[in-house]
Amino acid sequence: MDIPRHWRLRKQRYALVGEVCDNCDAKLFPPRDICPDCGEEAKTLYSFSGHGEVYSYTTVYDPPVGFEESAPYTVAIVKLDEGPLVTAQLTDLEEKEVEIGMPVEMVTRKLRSATDERGMLVYGYKFRPILNASLV
Amino acid sequence: MSDPNSKLLTPQNPVGIVGYGAYVPRYRLPASEVSRVWTDSMGATPIKEKSVPGLDEDVATMSIEAARNALLRAEIAPTEIRAVWVGSESHPYAVKPTSTIVAEAIGAVPNTQAADWEFACKAGTEAMVAAMGLVGSGMAGYAMAIGMDTAQGRPGDALEYTAAAGGAAFIIGPEDDSLAVIESTYSFVTDTPDFWRRAYQKYPEHGHRFTGEPAYFKHIASAGLAFLEMTETTPEDYAYIVLHQPNAKFPQRAAAKLGFEPEQVKTGLLVSEIGNTYSGAAIIGLTAILDEAQPEDKILLISFGSGAGSDAMALRVTESIEKRRHLAPKVRDYISRRTEVDYATYVRMRGKLVMK
Ligand SMILES: [Zn+2]
Repeated sequence: MDIPRHWRLRKQRYALVGEVCDNCDAKLFPPRDICPDCGEEAKTLYSFSGHGEVYSYTTVYDPPVGFEESAPYTVAIVKLDEGPLVTAQLTDLEEKEVEIGMPVEMVTRKLRSATDERGMLVYGYKFRPILNASLV
Repeated sequence: MSDPNSKLLTPQNPVGIVGYGAYVPRYRLPASEVSRVWTDSMGATPIKEKSVPGLDEDVATMSIEAARNALLRAEIAPTEIRAVWVGSESHPYAVKPTSTIVAEAIGAVPNTQAADWEFACKAGTEAMVAAMGLVGSGMAGYAMAIGMDTAQGRPGDALEYTAAAGGAAFIIGPEDDSLAVIESTYSFVTDTPDFWRRAYQKYPEHGHRFTGEPAYFKHIASAGLAFLEMTETTPEDYAYIVLHQPNAKFPQRAAAKLGFEPEQVKTGLLVSEIGNTYSGAAIIGLTAILDEAQPEDKILLISFGSGAGSDAMALRVTESIEKRRHLAPKVRDYISRRTEVDYATYVRMRGKLVMK
């Protein structure tokens, strides 16, 4: 397991921390230091609200190593309210039918199943249907 | 104010709850499912159903959500929090703090205290008392105390009906900024072997009938009666009482013994709907009360942790509650978000299937 990589990514993974361009106010996620809109340097940290909507999705029945215990599960491209698209698992779905345009909110969850009882636990963002619509 | 010779703990500077947040996972295992599998559905069940965490949830993820809800209500910057303390008996790691994961996720790092607390079901209130000390002494502006558990009972054991998942987070801060002022606290602690789990064991052991009188009732009553006497208050002074709730019967009987009416107990009594959330049990009941209480209402909270001890504290709700309680989901939002699972699904979700 790549411990340094998980450690480096913790801020963006735990809390959707990206960057904002000081020149044109574009929001960047994941952080990449250069604004894709105007090409200026963009290094100011920005915490995303965690709200967005399902842009596209697919259900995984044949999961990669490390995700077997949670299959089947749904992966979506989420369009954040601030603009960027992020790929993430959807969680807490149950009877809820996923559809394009469905509003979702970010939660921090365990990213892979704990089949390895000795390894490091990896946490990060997932999205779920909005819990209380009146708060959005 | 503060008197070091008094048994009552009163902070030098008045403090209170500036923000609070609850969390309950969405899955529910009806008690009837446990009795269907283990007793052929014979006999009474101690509650209606209990909450069960999802496959991607643990005490760290659940604490993060409760902590975010507390921050929304507190309306402070996370960097103003100078301690993140998580009380639990189901920390995800045996060695490595839950509190650093939570502090990192909410943005409270790096200028903060962080530690995990352990005292069976009263680890959360113990952390609250410590947070009162840190803030009340003037050492810190704000401190966060969390009680959260994903409790496990041995399959077929009496505890399997009730051992549940959930809890609450509180930001303790100055009185002026508080939704509820915590006036003082008192703790009653003895060495009582009613419940334990040894190292490397998956499930706890308990002293069966020994858990009731000498443990739960003795410590709650001793803490409660002494607290009422020292604060010169009576049950009539309180709009609500909330106690540790391992099942539905114990807290109702203990409250009656202290002289409280069922009406004062019911708002904070969530155990029948979500189960015993251990470190979270008394304090998630407190969040249900804060979701509804009126300014100037007084609340008596008494936790209980096996081993054993009780923390008693009185809270006085302030005017600020009306504006700020709506800033985050209420505990009822989580309770009504409900997906029922059967015993087989529960066994899979809780890792009780041996895969190798
Ligand atoms: Zn730009």
